[in-house]
Amino acid sequence: MVDTPTDNLITTPLDGLHRELGARMVPFAGHSLPVQYPAGIIAEHTQTREKASLFDVSHMGQVTLSGGDAAAALERLVPGNITGLKEGRIGYTMFTTEAGGIIDDLMVANAGDHLRLVVNGARAAVDLAHLRAQLGGELDITHHADRALMAVQGPAAVGALATLAPECADMPFMSFLDGNIDGAAVTLSRCGYTGEDGFEIAVGAEAAEALARKLLAHADVEPAGLGSRDSLRLEAGLCLYGQDIDEEISPIEAGLRWTIAKRRLEDGGFPGHARIKGEADDGPKRLLVGIKPEGKAPARAGVEILDTSGAPVGTITSGGFGATAGGPVAMGYVRADLAAPGTPLLLQIRKSQVPASVASLPFVAHRYHKP
Amino acid sequence: MTTKFSEDHEWISIDGDVGTVGITDFAQEQLGDVVFVELPEVGASLDAGDEAGVVESVKAASEIYSPVSGEVTETNGELEDNPGTVNTDPTGDGWFFKIKLSDTGELDELMDADAYKAFCAEQD
Repeated sequence: MVDTPTDNLITTPLDGLHRELGARMVPFAGHSLPVQYPAGIIAEHTQTREKASLFDVSHMGQVTLSGGDAAAALERLVPGNITGLKEGRIGYTMFTTEAGGIIDDLMVANAGDHLRLVVNGARAAVDLAHLRAQLGGELDITHHADRALMAVQGPAAVGALATLAPECADMPFMSFLDGNIDGAAVTLSRCGYTGEDGFEIAVGAEAAEALARKLLAHADVEPAGLGSRDSLRLEAGLCLYGQDIDEEISPIEAGLRWTIAKRRLEDGGFPGHARIKGEADDGPKRLLVGIKPEGKAPARAGVEILDTSGAPVGTITSGGFGATAGGPVAMGYVRADLAAPGTPLLLQIRKSQVPASVASLPFVAHRYHKP
Repeated sequence: MTTKFSEDHEWISIDGDVGTVGITDFAQEQLGDVVFVELPEVGASLDAGDEAGVVESVKAASEIYSPVSGEVTETNGELEDNPGTVNTDPTGDGWFFKIKLSDTGELDELMDADAYKAFCAEQD
């Protein structure tokens, strides 16, 4: 029950603020980050659904690709429609392996003369090595390790941020713009990892704490940590790299076919196309599904999924307590013939076989901004 | 009534040869929001250190160990509907189970309040 020591970890530009706010710090992706503040994970989760929360996501890797035809080059590594991404817009895609697995999932923003990527903190080193090996000869690849990234998420996020940057109010979902808050250059991106409307704000390290304090000064905004970030994204049915997706799992199995444009699926030109096209056409053997356990016991990652006869059919990859859903929620892989919503299953939770059923994702409806 | 503490952050409050067991305020604070508690069966025979149940917070599942040997005589069914009581009143209404001690001598192995306080200070 005692936290792991937090030695030799990277501290973010908001570290002092977290400690001042009473955060419990944990190691995550090589960084020291708050798992929760004194309010607690459930309160922070509910605050995000009802009003707004501020998350420090500075561990995420911020990378720019410039100096060439970055969109065409990046398409050699991802199945997303990058050359079709309009300037000012953001797309979600993944680096794939030659075998059709996922090296990482990422956001790609088209900034006109360059692309901006946001990758998972725990995968940034792997991603950068991959980018440099594959595209280093033709593009400039810059990792902005010194920049802060914070997310303000929830229905009141836009109102709070608009007091500092009024232009954010009209931004469509999955768009970004470069702005200025009290003299500090910021990039505002209307996206997030909670299923709610909200923004991610990239800012230089030196201006990060002042900006965080301005956002937290708003009556509707409270700090939130990794604990609620995880329960929010799980209710929203969003994959977590290392749990729900990894180098063995294809985007089709993970339910991410929607991220692959028809042109890319037909023409290929990215690693793993053969498997991904084959699974898209013929159906994968296993599929990521939502799983709703009966009762109150959370089914956590690693729990075995059984069919109603008790035979193993898959594994939970993410699971916990959904405060908005009002009970345990989980995601996991099951044999494709058991993936229809409503399919009854059993979960081996310690010594008990707990009844459960396949549930449609997300558990809590997305409330992204639709102009 | 005497209350003793284990290194697993359980408390046991002794009344005659029956002990009431729960987790400490330090433990609930470390766990965070408790969302599920699995309790032992009434009548179960436990040895000191045996797994007696599980407490699940939003973050993780943690085993509850019996601080003493004996037979479980009662469990706190209220926790099924209100697991959050473990957070709000860990040493009162948030108790887990009662156990009839088979060897009250085992209590000498446990910490008193001062020793437990010092033990927690080392954990921080």
